[in-house]
Formats: sequence, structure tokens, C-alpha cells
Amino acid sequence: MSDAAPVVEFRRVTKSFGSTPAVNGVSFSVRRGEFFSLLGPSGCGKTTTLRLLAGFEAPDPGGGEVCIDGEVVNDRRPYERRIGMVFQNYALFPHLSVERNVAFGLEEHRVPKGEVPGRVARALELVRLAPATFARRRPHQLSGGQRQRVALARALVLEPSILLLDEPLGALDLQLRKEMQLELKALNRQLGMTFVYVTHDQEEALAMSDRIAVMSAARIAQLGTPAEVYENPRTEFVAGFIGVANIFGGRLGEGSSGGGAPRSVRRDDGRTLLVPDAPSVPAGAPVRIAVRPEWLDLAPPEAPPPGENTLPGVVEEVVYLGETMHVVVTLDDGHSVRVALRNEGQLGNPLRWRRGELVLVAWRPEDCQVLEPE
Amino acid sequence: MTGLRRRLLGPLVRRPAAGSWALLTPGLLWLLLFFAVPLAVLLGYSVMQRGTYGGVAPGFTLEHYRRFSDPIYLSIVWRTLWIALATTVLCLLLGYPVAYAIARAGRWRAALLFLVILPFWTSFLVRTYAMIVLLRGSGVVNTLLAALGLTATPLELLYTPGAVLAGLVYGYLPFMILPIYASLERIDLDLLDAAEALGARGPARFRRVILPLSLPGVAAGSLLVFIPALGAFLTPDLLGGAKSMMLGNLVQNQFGPARNWPFGSAVSFALMGVVFVALLVWLRVRDAEERA
Amino acid sequence: MRRPLPRALAWIVAGVFLLLHLPVVVLVAYSFNAARYSAAWSGFTLHWYAALLERPDILRALRLSLVVASTSTLLATVLGTLVAMALARARFRGSRLIEGGLYLPIVTPEIVAGISLLILFAAVQVPLGVGTVIVAHTAFCLPFVAVVVLARLRGMDRTLEEAALVLGADELTAFRRVTLPQLAPGILAGALLAFTLSLDDFVITFFVAGPGATTLPVLVYSMVRRGVEPTINAVSTLLVVLTTLAVGVAARVDGARRA
Repeated sequence: MSDAAPVVEFRRVTKSFGSTPAVNGVSFSVRRGEFFSLLGPSGCGKTTTLRLLAGFEAPDPGGGEVCIDGEVVNDRRPYERRIGMVFQNYALFPHLSVERNVAFGLEEHRVPKGEVPGRVARALELVRLAPATFARRRPHQLSGGQRQRVALARALVLEPSILLLDEPLGALDLQLRKEMQLELKALNRQLGMTFVYVTHDQEEALAMSDRIAVMSAARIAQLGTPAEVYENPRTEFVAGFIGVANIFGGRLGEGSSGGGAPRSVRRDDGRTLLVPDAPSVPAGAPVRIAVRPEWLDLAPPEAPPPGENTLPGVVEEVVYLGETMHVVVTLDDGHSVRVALRNEGQLGNPLRWRRGELVLVAWRPEDCQVLEPE
Repeated sequence: MTGLRRRLLGPLVRRPAAGSWALLTPGLLWLLLFFAVPLAVLLGYSVMQRGTYGGVAPGFTLEHYRRFSDPIYLSIVWRTLWIALATTVLCLLLGYPVAYAIARAGRWRAALLFLVILPFWTSFLVRTYAMIVLLRGSGVVNTLLAALGLTATPLELLYTPGAVLAGLVYGYLPFMILPIYASLERIDLDLLDAAEALGARGPARFRRVILPLSLPGVAAGSLLVFIPALGAFLTPDLLGGAKSMMLGNLVQNQFGPARNWPFGSAVSFALMGVVFVALLVWLRVRDAEERA
Repeated sequence: MRRPLPRALAWIVAGVFLLLHLPVVVLVAYSFNAARYSAAWSGFTLHWYAALLERPDILRALRLSLVVASTSTLLATVLGTLVAMALARARFRGSRLIEGGLYLPIVTPEIVAGISLLILFAAVQVPLGVGTVIVAHTAFCLPFVAVVVLARLRGMDRTLEEAALVLGADELTAFRRVTLPQLAPGILAGALLAFTLSLDDFVITFFVAGPGATTLPVLVYSMVRRGVEPTINAVSTLLVVLTTLAVGVAARVDGARRA
């Protein structure tokens, strides 16, 4: 069992409820110590994927293999896998005190009685709960954030090789969520434990993960580092789900494929846009391209455009967001695009763009992402 | 030890249906043997010939069901229906204000609720007997009336359909109050403020917001009163006379003194039939409400 | 709903509450009334309670009622809880039908259930007695327990069990250490319901008891049929006190658990 071997591996796993697949031929692997996120909207199959890994669900007959540490675990019950789990609603045992909750797993694993109090205390300290204050409390006497920490301590005390987290921060307020994000990330690094994290919050996934599997309709739409999925979204779904994307359509023009030189895309209104080479799309085929708002820029119509691709339009709305300013521009063809401009620190200045003003939206070809059809 | 147990547990947890059936079987078997099978036997008896000295004799016949067209029995059917219906309506008229009052009783709510639930835990037989103590010739009511000089001779209160009705209303009133209370209590207080902000106050607010939202409770309460009232036996038996016999008493009568088991069985199924019609109507109403 | 009640409504409500409780209050009061036949108050006495002690049949009936109620409560609670657990665990072929079917005994008129059991026992020539009473009581209490426990199970958080599994408990241990403690109030409520239903039951018992197995309600019924007498008031009062006490204790136990 080398470090390079994946801790978790899904091999074409399918799980159906009735006749509808909740997870459909999903394959991926998780490396040791990695912070791995399953991200997607509700109903995309991310929770079922996690439950398959935990052992609450088994793949369909002939529905692929779930492996932990290189062994197929399809038939193993949750208590026969070395995993820990933190549940969305914490699932603390309401009839047991904090310390008895944390000790539960140790007792089930027949840890010698003398060792239990020490390990419980250490686990509570690890999640920054003072044992003297909290050990005797019941779950209903704790705040949401404290419950979250107890749930975490209860899972960590067993030192599992994999920790599964099912939207653990969903019920916390924003401030606390940001704080816990940092703590979880720190724990992951400090303990060297593999984290598999389910969330529907793209910001959270981007902030915490080493890699993200973006799921949609029971499949993985894209798997990669946060930067990869944000900057090079492969499909329109990924582009739209993670961050904001402006989508333009057209047909890919002639040109040498695979040479690396920019290609042209002809829009319905006759204008052409330059995009990076997309070897997988044949010339003449319809394509869609995504451009992030912050990669677009605005210029007055008569000024030299700050990019090779330009489209004229009218400022529809200016939204001041503090860090950035979003300008919504309606193009000739009626579509609107969102342009994010950085706040350069001239707060006293009147906003530069006004409603009804004629502008040019411009960007560089290399900032476009040619999307694959879904 | 643990290993063996987990091996045995394995098949049951991996095939949930098998595990479920293992848990179900003892209880289901009990209900099958001591509820379903007896009903099946009763159904069988209802289409057999009458035995000479009670019991049944072989031979298929529907004559016992046909006997319902006899005016004597028809009148019992009608009486049962109207008594059950009148019980339900009276319970509703008396129970709704009480449920409404409890729902807005503030800190007295728990105490009042307790007072409604208390009769649940009091023996039905004892409560029916208490009605006799109140209503009989030398009972409390008559003694009181005489003492006040309102009546010269005791009124015939007991052994009348009225006494049966009073006994049933008294017996089943809590079944009406509780579901209505539950549905009233669930009403979001903001809705009432919203109604008021839109100009509906007092009676209009009650009629247009509170009443419609409490209808599910009214429906449930009506069913909970109507069904046991239909099958009433003890109340008409103790408080009623010959002129207030209900289907339940007819059943007992046929298996007892009249010694006509097949007809008694047929009456039983007629009674079950009415109960099921009531249930179906209720289910229809509820489904329609849920769809709306 | 904070405004005061209209006065007329308040009077109606007070009247209904009076109606609901006056009969039993009068009954209890009369159990201390010295007069034998008339309803007029002629002085306080404990005579009727003392008379009870000289009625071995009443004490016997009371004892039998308690034996029947506890035995059938135990049986119905165990079987009903198992049924509820099966139905709460998973949807399977026929589970909805079975769940609906549980309401059948609840809505069936007691007289029909009693008579049908009577003719079954007669048909297979089982002698009527304490055994048949317990069997019948278990049968009609079981669905009530199952329905109450099922409601509790449905309201329970399934992830608690899953959390226990991930922490190393197998299904049986998870049930014992996590589900059962959560479920206990529901089981207790179901058992209490079964106990009072059994203790109170007259109609079904009347048909399946046979001459040797007179429970307290059956005895009280026959006394009432013979005519009103003050000892019945005393017995009734004892019955009321008994069930109220049982409910009170159960509420205390439940309250203490939740605190």
C-alpha cells in the first residue's frame, strides 16, 4: 500500500433507486491526504456517492466497484470500513452527553476503558472545545457551531483513514462557516487524513478543496483542481454552476485544427470572435464559449478596445458590490453580458459607467473557454 | 461472538425485505389469526343457513342480507345512522368552540388540554354508568328538578333515544375536540395578522382564514366520532330502551336470545359496510383537500 | 390568537367542560353518600368502600383485570413495536397495504370483533377463559401500539442510526444503544394506551371471557344491569383513580426522561 495508491476508488459505480439512477457510471479516485470535494446542485448524486462510500448504500448488482485502500468494499457494512463521518445535521445522540457521544465509537471498538477519557479530551481539544466546559453537556445545550465541533471530534477520535463530511457547514451562519472552513482545511493538513467533502456551495468547494468533482445528473461533469474547474470549465453546466459565466454561441470557422493557433467563431449576427484552438470540435460545428465576467473589459465606443474580441452594447445596469462593480450590458442581439470591474480604490469618484451609455465589451481570445456539448 | 452475530445479521441487513418480514411475522400472524380469520368465518356464516338450535347449517343463501328490507330492521339501520350523525353534529357544535378556546388560551392551554384528555383515560363503562346516575328516575337531574319545583313527577329521561344520544356525545366529545384543536394550533399566527392587515377582522377573519384552515381537523374529528358511534353497543345497551336499539345491539341480540347466527353475522357485515363507506367518503374528502 | 374570548363563547366553553366532567364528579361524590337509593345527599360515609372488602368477587375481578392488562400489554407492545420497526425500516412489497391494514382493527366496531372471535373459538372448540381474553386483548391493542410507535419512529432521525454504524456499532448494537433510547417514550406511550384499553375493555371481553374469567368491567356491567347500587359508585371511583394514577406516573416518567 504505497502512498501513491488511491485511498478511495470508484469504478463505474451505478446506484439506482427504483428505475432512476442516482449515481450513473461514476469513476474517480481520491489520493491519500487529499481534500476532495463532491460539488453539485441538490439531486445531482453527490450525497448518494458519499453514502456508497460510507456503506449505507450498495452499488446496483453489476453496478461497478467501490474500493477503499485497494480493496473492493461493495459488500462491507459501514462498521467494517475504516471511515469516519460528519453528518449534515450532526446526528449527535441526544440522550448522551458530549463526552459519551465522543466515547461511543471508542467503546464500540473495545478501546481499553482507561484510555477512553484521555482520548475523548484530546479529541475535544483538537476541535477547540474545552473538555472541562463541554464534556457533561447534552447536545441540545450546545450552539450549532459547538454541535458541529462535537460531531467532528466524535469522528476524529477514532483516527479513521478517511473522513466523510456531508454538507457539514450547511446549517451555520456565514461568519461561522468561513471560520470552520479554515479549521477543517487546517485539520486536513495537520492530521494527514483524507477528507471527502460533499457540498452544494461552490465558493466553499473552491476555498477548501485540493480537487473538486463537479456532479450533475448522476454523473461527474468535471474533475479537477479548483483553478482548473473555474478557469477551464468543460461544459456549460460547470461554467454556470461554478461562478458566473457569460455564454456566447456560434459556429467554429475553418482553420488548422490542433495547431494551437486561435480559431474563429462566427456568430449569428455575422461578427467573429477569436477563441483558443479546440481540437475536439470540427470546423463548422456549433460551439458555445464561456467568458468569466472579470475577464471582460469595457471601453467607450471610440477608444481602442482592450482585447481582440469586441461586441457593442448599451449599459443596462450598474451594480456596486464593494470589491467589484458589475456592469450589465445589453448587446445588439438582445443578449446581456455581465462585466466585473475591479474596484480600484477610488471610492469617492462617481461611478464611471452610466445606464444607457454606448460601450464596447472586449476581451482577449485566450480568456475564452470553448465548451464541450453536454 | 461479535463475528458470529454479524455473520447472522448480514443476510437480514443486506436484504431489507427479508429483515422486515422477520420483524413483521409474529405480529401479523397474531392479527391474522385473531382478527382476520374470525372476520372471514363471520362472513362465511352470514351466507349459510340458520341452525336449528343456534349455530349454522350448511347451504348457501343470501336471505339474511335480504331481511334488511323488513321494516323492523330497516328502521334500526336508519336509527343507527341518524343517531351517529346527530352525535357527530352535536359533538362538532359543542367541540369546536372548546377547541378554539383552548387554542387561544395562552398559559391555560396545557391545563385545559389535560381536562379534555382526562376522560380518555376514564373507563367508558364508568362514564356511561355515571350517565345513569344522573338521568335515572330517582337520579340527580330529576331530584334537582323536583327540588326546584319544576316537575311534579320524575321525567322519563333514561331508556330513550335522547339518553343514548347524550351518552354518545358525552363519550366521544374529546375525539372531536382534539383533532380540531391540533389543526387550529398549527395555524401560523402571521396568517391572522396578514388577514387583519388585508382588512379582515373579527367574524370575517374567522370565516375566511381560521375556519378553512381548521377543516382537516373537523373532518378527522367527525370521522373519529362517527365511526365508533355507528358501532356503539354499550351506550344504547345501558341507556337505551327497546325503541333505541342500534345495529350493535341487534348483532348481540341475534347471537344471544334470538339465536340466529347467520343473520347476526349479516348484520355485522352491514355495520362494517357502513363504517367503510364513512371511511371512503372521508378519504375522498381528504385527498380532494390535499390536491387543492 | 391573543384577544380575549367573546363572553358568550366563554360561557359555552365552560358549559361543555362542566358537561364533560360533572357526571364522573357526581359519581365520585355519591360513592361517599350515605343514602342507598335516593339521589339526595344524606351524609358522608366510607361504608360502600368497606363493603367492597367483603366482596371477594370484586377483588378477584380486579386482580384478573390487572393480570390480563399487563400480560396483553406486554405481548401487544413487543409485537406491535416489531411491526412498527419493520414498516419504518423500508418500503417493500405490500408494506403500504399492511400499514393501511393496521387501521382495520382500530375502526372495526368492537361488537363485531368480539362476536367474530367468539364464533371462531366456538368453531375450533377452544374453551373460553382467561387465555382467550388475553389473546383477544393482545389482538386489539397491537395495532394501537404499532401505530403509536410507528409515528415516533417516522419522526426519528435515521442518521442517528447511521452515525452509530459508522462509529463501529453493528445493527443490533445501534438499535440497543441509539434507537431504543430514542424510541422508549413512544413505546411507553403505546404500552400505556394498550394497558388502559385492556383495563377498560368491556365489549370484546364480554363475548370471549366465558363464565370463569370475569374482569372488573364485566363484573361492573353485570352489577349495573342488576340495578344501581352505591357499591358500583365506589368501584367506579377506584377504577377512575387507578387509571388516573397510571397516567400520572407515566407522564412523570416521561417528563423526567425528557428533562
